Amino acid sequence: MEYYQADPYEIAVIGAGHAGVEAALAAARLGLRTILFTISLDAVSNMPCNPSIGGTAKGHLVREIDALGGEMGKAADKTFLQSRMLNRGKGPAVHSLRVQADRMAYHNLMKKTVEQQKNLDLKQAEIIEVRCGEDGRVSAVVTALGAIHPVKAAVIATGTFLRGVVYVGDVSYPSGPDGLHPAVPLSDSLRELGLHLRRFKTGTPARVHRASIDFSQLEEQAGDDPVTPFSFETQEELHNQFLCHIAYTNEATHQVIRDNIHRSPLYGGKIEGVGPRYCPSIEDKVMRFGDKPRHQLFVEPMGLDTEEMYLQGMSSSLPEDVQIAFYRTIKGFEHVKVMRNAYAIEYDSVDPLDLKPTLEFKMVKGLYGAGQFNGTSGYEEAAAQGLVAGVNAALELLGREQVVLERSGSYIGTLIDDLVTKGCSDPYRMMTSRSEYRLLLRQDNADARLTPLGYEIGLISQERYERFLEKQRLKEEEIRRLEATAIPPSQELNQMLVSRETAPVTTGFKLAELLRRPQISYADLAPFDPQRPALRREIAEVVEVEIKYEGYIKKQLSAVEQVRRLEGKPLPEKMDYREINGLRLEAQEKLNRVQPRSIGQASRISGVSPADVSVLLIWLEQRGREEQA
Amino acid sequence: MQSEAVTIAAVSTPLGVGGIGVIRVSGPRAHRLAAEVFRPVGGRTPENCPGYSAVYGRLFDEEGEFDDAVVTVFRAPYSYTGEDVAEISCHGGVYLVQRALRALIRRGVQPAAPGEFTKRAFLNGKLSLTQAEAVMDLISAQGTEAARAALTLRDGALFRSVHGLEERLLALAGHLAAWVDYPDEEIEEVDPAAMASELAAVAREGKRLLATFDAGKILREGVETVIAGSPNVGKSTLMNLLAGCEKSIVTEIPGTTRDVVEEMVRVGDVILRLADTAGLRNTEDPVERTGVTLARRRLDTAGLVLAVFDSSRPLGQEDRELLAAIRGRAAVAVVNKSDLPTLLQREEVEAAAAETVWLSAASGEGVDVLSAAIARVIGQAQLDTTSAMIANERQRDCLCRALSSVEEAAAALGEGQTLDAVDVCVEDAIQHLGDLTGERAGDLVVEQVFSRFCVGK
Repeated sequence: MEYYQADPYEIAVIGAGHAGVEAALAAARLGLRTILFTISLDAVSNMPCNPSIGGTAKGHLVREIDALGGEMGKAADKTFLQSRMLNRGKGPAVHSLRVQADRMAYHNLMKKTVEQQKNLDLKQAEIIEVRCGEDGRVSAVVTALGAIHPVKAAVIATGTFLRGVVYVGDVSYPSGPDGLHPAVPLSDSLRELGLHLRRFKTGTPARVHRASIDFSQLEEQAGDDPVTPFSFETQEELHNQFLCHIAYTNEATHQVIRDNIHRSPLYGGKIEGVGPRYCPSIEDKVMRFGDKPRHQLFVEPMGLDTEEMYLQGMSSSLPEDVQIAFYRTIKGFEHVKVMRNAYAIEYDSVDPLDLKPTLEFKMVKGLYGAGQFNGTSGYEEAAAQGLVAGVNAALELLGREQVVLERSGSYIGTLIDDLVTKGCSDPYRMMTSRSEYRLLLRQDNADARLTPLGYEIGLISQERYERFLEKQRLKEEEIRRLEATAIPPSQELNQMLVSRETAPVTTGFKLAELLRRPQISYADLAPFDPQRPALRREIAEVVEVEIKYEGYIKKQLSAVEQVRRLEGKPLPEKMDYREINGLRLEAQEKLNRVQPRSIGQASRISGVSPADVSVLLIWLEQRGREEQA
Repeated sequence: MQSEAVTIAAVSTPLGVGGIGVIRVSGPRAHRLAAEVFRPVGGRTPENCPGYSAVYGRLFDEEGEFDDAVVTVFRAPYSYTGEDVAEISCHGGVYLVQRALRALIRRGVQPAAPGEFTKRAFLNGKLSLTQAEAVMDLISAQGTEAARAALTLRDGALFRSVHGLEERLLALAGHLAAWVDYPDEEIEEVDPAAMASELAAVAREGKRLLATFDAGKILREGVETVIAGSPNVGKSTLMNLLAGCEKSIVTEIPGTTRDVVEEMVRVGDVILRLADTAGLRNTEDPVERTGVTLARRRLDTAGLVLAVFDSSRPLGQEDRELLAAIRGRAAVAVVNKSDLPTLLQREEVEAAAAETVWLSAASGEGVDVLSAAIARVIGQAQLDTTSAMIANERQRDCLCRALSSVEEAAAALGEGQTLDAVDVCVEDAIQHLGDLTGERAGDLVVEQVFSRFCVGK
């Protein structure tokens, strides 16, 4: 092939999925000349699996992306079909927003946003090579048509495209998602740079024709009213446009699957990739949980402009005839017509222990990884990493300090810390149970946690920042007022209290004290609180949560303080821990692999004991004193 | 420089050896926390007195005052660790020192990790650079030692019991997590009533484990045993008989034994930490009076009392006070001088004591009967050698913290708090139990979700 010298850029982003788009937008918005490569312009921000954004913990990620100045939440607000706040009634820490999104509308909007972004070029091309200079820094990316683009940094966001192989029964072929072309040569190039690649797998269910489903046999699932937006910037009223449905598998479905399980490439041993535990295929569910009489499936629209419906919960890699047979055993699906079959896809991803918490690779300066390539799963996890990788690639080139989000400050920080400290043995999905600081990391306060940082980075405008400050001021003022204002006992008040099954009062009570009772809501107290200011719903919500959970929040904050002490003690890069005698062998090996950035991170590595941490502290002090001397 | 936020403590004298035990408390709240278990005599307190000075007073916990002590105050950076330090010197022996340490732990002091005082000393610049390697070796060695202890533990009954508690809490947390993280799946709703009863069961089991802690100590370090009685009934002779050597000065002059003398002896299968106390009598001699006070206090707190009476004398007032003190306790009445004519009111003694043994300490006659009686009395205290035992204060502290988190979870549930708040408490408890067994609790909940529930898109 003949090569040619193509246009130089500061940053190249390889892959225009959810990670790549956030990375490219962030880099360009920070003023870096950026190019975003995609194998197909028609697949920018594609949702090759579920046409949905958010969900438990994922909804938190979207709010955090938005609070930092990312794009996902805004696009979801503009293109959603149905929205629900999950886990209402289970406590504010676990409220999670989830929407059904219009897949094509989302793609079109994101593509246009990218196209209109200053400093950003969008280009259809397959990258086959990443080149490094003598100094060990990324120097260029090369396309399949021979274009050599000199760059100073690159973000790898290849999703499931890298050496992708699709499996349907005994049929398998190289492919990216949704029938797109896979990226093959790049894999070897990355291996040569020293990255540790491995095979992961995921799967997707069938898409079926709406008219072939008998909806009268299905349960309805309605959206919320009113709708809570993802973006802190969305002010207009949002409305649901679609009803979703729920159906159930039955014994006949399971029988078809059991009878044909030997035809599954996974059970037949053809797929070597490790699949995600959080998203088992229907055959996994049937085989592993044989005593469950039925499994749920959710029937969700792919968009307003199409009759395609997505069958959440029914991913499979069984042969097409088996798929059709088991789908048709489901009530309401007797005559279902499959438009796209379910399939499993296997792809190359990197061992995230190769990454620093900035998402830069340890072995190649200026090379970053994001999204499914880093071993995660899910659009939201991908977008979160894309944002961080794009920001850090840009900050480094600008000579500014890079950003590492704390575990205690965000789910994004928790996600990245888990990846780079513990690694992952199967595709990593965010869950609320992964955070030890759940009561601090709520979706309602994502802006308070992260918008100041977004402003500092330069992704939040002055105007938005001032709106944010005003919201914080209103919130704090209201909390102070509730703490200071007492209301007298009255018959009406006691009637309300008793009706909520809580004790009546005989003396004056502070509003905040009454609100701390689990049974009493902010709204319950409105009739007895004539001075209450008119606050926006989202502000009232934060006020209520912060007063109600004050005790727990304080407790978690003090835990954060304890941890922060160790987080603040940095460890050197490229360290050989075999040189430290007091460390146990296992600890030396683990520390050498992870190369933790701080004592705090070191303490979270499994295999590093508290005694090892003490030894590291002594060693660090010794080193500091020697340097002074 | 105060590099650590946490205040730590440990007993820095060998347990049970010597007349004095020292507990070292170090960290930013050392003086404050020492003051919370110590009632000074006079106006000076550990908080307001200057460095290098000592305050005399009394140690107390929620059950009341339990010892005299001297607190020596060091102010940062002029201390071994370079931090604020309080050294509490109280009477020696396992019981008092441990009680003082526990009182501190309840106030928020954390038991020191292996090598931690030395580590802090180095970090605060109190040790020279050349000592760094030695410090690392020390920590490493002590850490290895602790790990070995934990490994031994792993095969033991304690580990299994703690693990059992952990499993039950994990099942709760896993269910909550699955229910929360997969709201659209058909996961059985968490029933607060069932959860409350499970938490209560875990708390009960945890408390039972905690109670075995002292049993474990007893087996390793002996039963705190007091030989008590009126002057000159033959306490010291009995002690010497049990110990097999001369320990106390035995004379015919009442009040010869002025202090508490300790001796470890094996009687049958039981190890006794024997203390021969001063004779219980009212006296004007100030030195002897201190001894008597100490003896009375020990009598109140001992795990076993050997109450000695003279068969050749009728019961006196002091004898009757002693009989009242041992009623209903693990005690053996030893009627000495059985070789002399009996003037003692036999029925009165037998009515009060769990066991009564007649012997002649001078000739040694009846000693085998005594050891059988001791075994019976200790056995009645239900020492179960096979039950789980907690090895040291750190482990005990972890278990205490876990239990308090379980109680907090139960309380939150009772108040009607949302389950995310309850869950946070349950996971705290799992974390503390993981600290005890040396396991990482972090990812266990996520593991639970995927192994027990059929969840996913």
